[in-house]
This record gives sequence, structure tokens and C-alpha cells, in this order.
Amino acid sequence: MKIDFTVNGKPHTVDVAPDTPLLWVLREHLELTGTKFGCGRALCGACTVHVDGQAVRSCAYPIEYAQASQVQTIEGLESDRIGEAVVNAWIDLDVVQCGWCQPGQCMSAAALLKANQSPDREAVDASMSGNLCRCGTYSRIRQAVDLAAKNLREGAE
Amino acid sequence: MKTVFRVVSASLVLGGGFTVLSCVAESGDPGDDAPSPNWTSVDRDTPQVGDPFATVARVLRHPRCLNCHPSGDVPKVGDDRRLHAMGVRRGDHNFGMPAMHCNACHRSANQEAAQVPGAPHWQLAPRSMGWEGLDDHDLAETLKDRSKNGDRSLEDLLHHVSEDPLVLWGWDPGVGRSPPPISHAQFVKAFRHWIDSGAASPAPGTTSY
Ligand code: FES
Ligand code: FES
Repeated sequence: MKIDFTVNGKPHTVDVAPDTPLLWVLREHLELTGTKFGCGRALCGACTVHVDGQAVRSCAYPIEYAQASQVQTIEGLESDRIGEAVVNAWIDLDVVQCGWCQPGQCMSAAALLKANQSPDREAVDASMSGNLCRCGTYSRIRQAVDLAAKNLREGAE
Repeated sequence: MKTVFRVVSASLVLGGGFTVLSCVAESGDPGDDAPSPNWTSVDRDTPQVGDPFATVARVLRHPRCLNCHPSGDVPKVGDDRRLHAMGVRRGDHNFGMPAMHCNACHRSANQEAAQVPGAPHWQLAPRSMGWEGLDDHDLAETLKDRSKNGDRSLEDLLHHVSEDPLVLWGWDPGVGRSPPPISHAQFVKAFRHWIDSGAASPAPGTTSY
């Protein structure tokens, strides 16, 4: 099946089986390996990307659903103000341990901040609880989401 | 038909709509005080007798329906009605939290490879249509209450259970999930029969499985 879509603003066409997960297409066909495979069952969040602005699990996103859509991955996250704030906060607070889960964490954090630029602790936890981190960086992730939110609010003033 | 009589201590309800489905996930929602029948061993062949609502209630109380009609804020998954994994929450629009909307994982059809169920407009029923903990009387009252059911008439409800693809998904739930104890056609017939016979609410204290 031919799929036309854009990834990080760049148009792509792939010809693959319709049930091929978006994650496979990104990593194997487009060689965008920033997005990680964790469980393949929509259970860990490592593969989170944005499709038309919504966070989705790309391991559980058959490519047929991506026809004519706009996909954003970790490689393109800094192209907008919110994504840039997230990445900068992650760097400033040295969030990353092994790093495997972090592309997904950043994509979820950006999706949260697009919807809510003043998330309280409960909102952060409820929105980020689907992203697992085996290295246990959760406390730094929380701080980084708070920092990104603060920087976004101050930047908007 | 297998009917279990038990006294239900509380009925939880608030305001608006009606959906039937199920999701993926884990256990312990405050609204869930029901025992877990063995759904795969439910007798599907015994003719319907007695209260016309009992057959309807048996289906509505099946995990395929009840899992996404929780009385709390966490959907359930599986035939054993575990709490949904990953801390999935109801969210403001019964559609999950930002970054964790239902359609972050659930598409409009079941996914065999990832084993993620899916159907059009996959989401939770509103809090007002949380059915956990309700006996047959309260369940029937809740269904009929337009302030809770999304302002639906009985005919609207019949149309919903007959046509809504999310309801129909219950009978095509994918690998590892059992369908309700009777066919969809039998369910619609039982629903019609309940309406035509006056849509009475059973006496309090009965819970049909
Ligand atoms: S790899 Fe997709 S959620 Fe785990
Ligand atoms: S940083 Fe290692 S899994 Fe999260």
C-alpha cells in the first residue's frame, strides 16, 4: 500500500503492508532511529510520536492510518517553541540516564504542554504515567516538565 | 439464565451519555465491588425467562460493556476486569489525559500484532453512566434517566445498542476477550422486549449475570 505523509515537515512516500507499524516505517524505511522500540504492545511509551499534533504509540499505529497525516518525531521536536522548551529543560536538568525511554518522554511532555502550560503535579503524573523509565528518572522528568512549562509561560509574557 | 441475588450497598452516578466497549489493562478501582464471574462458562443457550430487563442487564454487566462504563475514573480491561495499565485516567472529556488520549493506542479496528482493541470513537462512557456497583433496579433507572444517559429516549437507546460501532465491537472483541453471553441480535431483541413491555425497573436487590 502506498502511503503519502510528512515526517518533521518533509514529504515521504512509502510502499508497505497497511498494517506495518509506523514505528517500523520510521526506523527501518526512513532511518529515523531516534524513536525507540520498547514493548511493541503500546505499554511503555518509548515509541511515542505525534500524528497531526496528537501523541500516539507508533508501535501500535498501523501505517494505513497515517495516510496524508503529519508526523513529528524526536528529530523534529525542536522545530516549535514547545518542543524546544522541552528539549532545553531536559538538557538543563540532565534528565537522561541510559536514554532509551527519553524520546518518548519528551514527545509526551510536549503533547501535555501543548494542551496545558500550567500542569500541576497530578496532571503531569496522569499524562506522563504511560511512559515508563527503567532507569527511574521520574523525579527529573517531573522537574523538567515544570521547568519547560515555567519557561514557556515566562517567554509568553 | 444464571441470576445472582445480592444486595448492592451504593449506586454511584452523576451526569450524561451511553457507550459500550472495553480496553486493555490492571485492578482495584474504587467503584468496582462486583465479583468476577467466569464469563467463558456462562450458559448462552438457556431461554430468557422472568424479568425482561435481566437479559439486558446480563449483557450490560459483561466486561465488554462494563470495562468502559466504570463508576470511577479508571477504565478496566480484560475478562477479569483489571485496571487499565499505564495509569490511564478518564480525563475531562472521557477520552484520557493529554499525551494519553484513548486514541494514542486505540484505532478504529482491533490490532492483532500489538493486541490492542479498537473501534470507532473509542472512549469511556461518561461518569453518569458508570454502572459498577449498581443492581438491576439502579441500572435500569440509570439507563432511563435522560439527565444521565445523554438525553436519550428509550428508542434512542435502542438505536444506540443496535447500531453504534462501539457497541457492535463487543461482539467482535479480538483475541483473548470474550463476547457478551448472548448474540447481538438476541441482545437487541431483549432490549426491544424490555421497552415494549414497559421498560420497568426490576425490584431492588437483584443483580443478573
Ligand atoms: S514500544 Fe510502543 S509503547 Fe512500548
Ligand atoms: S533513561 Fe533509561 S529507561 Fe529511561
